[in-house]
Amino acid sequence: MSVIEMKLEREVTADTIKIEARKVQVHYGQNHALKDVDVDILAKTVTAFIGPSGCGKSTFLRCLNRMNDTVASAKVTGSILLDGADIYDPRVDPVQLRAKVGMVFQKPNPFPKSIYDNVAYGPKIHGLTRSKAELDEVVESCLRKAALWNEVKDRLQSPGTGLSGGQQQRLCIARAIATSPEVLLMDEPCSALDPIATAQVEELIDELRSQFSVVIVTHSMQQAARVSQRTAFFHLGNLVEYGETGTIFTNPKDPRTESYITGRIG
Amino acid sequence: MSLGLLFLILLALCTAGYMIARSRAVTSARGDTRVLHSLPAFHGRFAALAMILPAVAILIVWLVVESFALRGVALSHLSPEDVPDGASMDLVMADVTRIAEGLGKLQAAGVDLAPLTADPAALKARFSEAGFAQGGDPTPHTIAAAVSMRDTAATSRLALSVVAIAASLAGLGLVLRRITPEFRARNATEFVSMGLLIGASLIAVLTTVGIVASLASETIRFFQLYPAWDFFFSADWNPKFGGGSSLGIWPLIWGTLYVSVIALLVAVPVGLFSAVYLAEYASKRTRGIVKPLIEILAGIPTIVYGLFALVTVGPLLRDWIAIPMGFGNSSSSVMTAGLVMGIMVIPFVSSLSDDIINAVPQSLRDGSLGLGATPSETIRQVVLPAALPGIVGAVLLAASRAIGETMIVVLGAGAAAQLSLNPFEAMTTVTVKIVSQLTGDTEFNSPETLVAFALGLTLFVLTLMLNIIALIIVRKYREQYE
Repeated sequence: MSVIEMKLEREVTADTIKIEARKVQVHYGQNHALKDVDVDILAKTVTAFIGPSGCGKSTFLRCLNRMNDTVASAKVTGSILLDGADIYDPRVDPVQLRAKVGMVFQKPNPFPKSIYDNVAYGPKIHGLTRSKAELDEVVESCLRKAALWNEVKDRLQSPGTGLSGGQQQRLCIARAIATSPEVLLMDEPCSALDPIATAQVEELIDELRSQFSVVIVTHSMQQAARVSQRTAFFHLGNLVEYGETGTIFTNPKDPRTESYITGRIG
Repeated sequence: MSLGLLFLILLALCTAGYMIARSRAVTSARGDTRVLHSLPAFHGRFAALAMILPAVAILIVWLVVESFALRGVALSHLSPEDVPDGASMDLVMADVTRIAEGLGKLQAAGVDLAPLTADPAALKARFSEAGFAQGGDPTPHTIAAAVSMRDTAATSRLALSVVAIAASLAGLGLVLRRITPEFRARNATEFVSMGLLIGASLIAVLTTVGIVASLASETIRFFQLYPAWDFFFSADWNPKFGGGSSLGIWPLIWGTLYVSVIALLVAVPVGLFSAVYLAEYASKRTRGIVKPLIEILAGIPTIVYGLFALVTVGPLLRDWIAIPMGFGNSSSSVMTAGLVMGIMVIPFVSSLSDDIINAVPQSLRDGSLGLGATPSETIRQVVLPAALPGIVGAVLLAASRAIGETMIVVLGAGAAAQLSLNPFEAMTTVTVKIVSQLTGDTEFNSPETLVAFALGLTLFVLTLMLNIIALIIVRKYREQYE
């Protein structure tokens, strides 16, 4: 570990690798969903996964915090290193891992609790705060980071399910960052939102980049182009191309990537 | 004409009406069914409904009126002298009905009735020979009443058949005149379907109203004979059929609540935990095996549970717990009945809760697990709160079952009405006492039997209050969670 840390120290000025995935394969029963994926996710960067439906991008995202463990038929092989440590090592507790690698889902899924309790959920179960005052601070700062504080500060005790769709999704983001994760995974976070709410969330993602590394799965290529610095294109379970977002969109190397971003396959 | 035959004729007419109306619809469209507003089958169906519904309505009304009319006809032949000492007009009327039935059977067997109706002794001998049930000896008056009852009934049935068939034919006629390509037969049949559905739900509601009304009327009679104050505020239950009973409800209510609370203390944790296991942890295979096994518990007749309580659980508790710990030596006890009843209602809690927990969206679980919560934290803090309204409903259903349970209490807890805190003491419940007050003596005119209705009504109000409380709880949380 210490060797890796030293290595990271040296590279901190360059692009620090947060997650290093090598030869990742996923099988759902007989279905080979993901084939030999190698990706390096950089720290403090927004990485977008694009590709047609069923290409494996969400599957890969769910590998990064071991959410696939909750699917009985899923089998993951290969290695995924978070800060140099294998997250599929039997000694790693997936529960602890998920606190470090937070996740925001496609459909806003606030808990049937108050707005306050939704955000306080993570800090409470992980014992991150020592006093009520400290918890209040965490809740406020997370809601501020999620650009929701001004809209809900007067009704923190009303149910989170009563918010509008865009507000709910920002609440879920606030909830995810309340456990102070190092990586934030977002699975099509804007697909259930209207354009205004989408714009708010995208702006938020850009701000989050200063503290976390963000991985976002999206169907919208404009969104990938707007929010991400790096883009990975998946097709039929393969990682086709991965690189600078600008390069992928303006000068793709693979003909399949070009076909997809110009709308010929999808 | 018998009712069965009439019904068959009506059905045949309806089928014919269906065919006629359908082909009439096709003809009205000159063979091109596309110009019809409704498919030909809808026209047919509408005709069939227009034929059967008025006929059935007439049938029902007619039969009700007929039974009163027949009684009137028979009564006109009888006078107060025909009622023997110690009997009532109702008993004589029962004889008349039996004679009329007997005559009908003899006639069906091809016997000439004229000599028999003229001679009561011969009729009695003939009835005995044929093995018919008889009440008092037939007299010329009762025979005359029976004969005229039969004649009237025959005339009435014939008239009924004519009227019913005429009504259905009239219905067909009206429908056939309305058949045009524009006629909205489809919407009209829809209207009739709705009427049928409303009728079905009305039956359920009216039955409840009827049950409550009959309970209430008997209860009022009870309170005319026995002071309500003593019933509701006395702690002594000691019915004596010779009179001078004390009928205080409290020992019974106490027994009911005590047994039900013990049953719920067993059933709610066991049922809820097994539901959580089945819904959240068990593999699909395990769930497929275990869930039906638990549901088998719900299919065991309660008398079998009663036997289990009587033969196994009761002696076991007495020998291993009650006697060693000095709680008494009764093998029937509140604890026995409560434990066994608890086992009986486990499937109500577990099966319903399991369905409800499964209905909680997976996205909530993912959200919680994705924040690094363990499965049990997720269940406690997210899944169960979201499923709470349904779980409360399941528990309330179990409570209603427990409160209304009789057999297990009879065999497990005994029949001694008493107020005691000791769970190893024999006690009894409201339902058991309703049964014991009503079996044997069937005359509903003493407070000792009528008290059963007051007990029943009290029980009804008790469960109703439970349901209302549950509804309030559910509504309160539903507002918060949805």
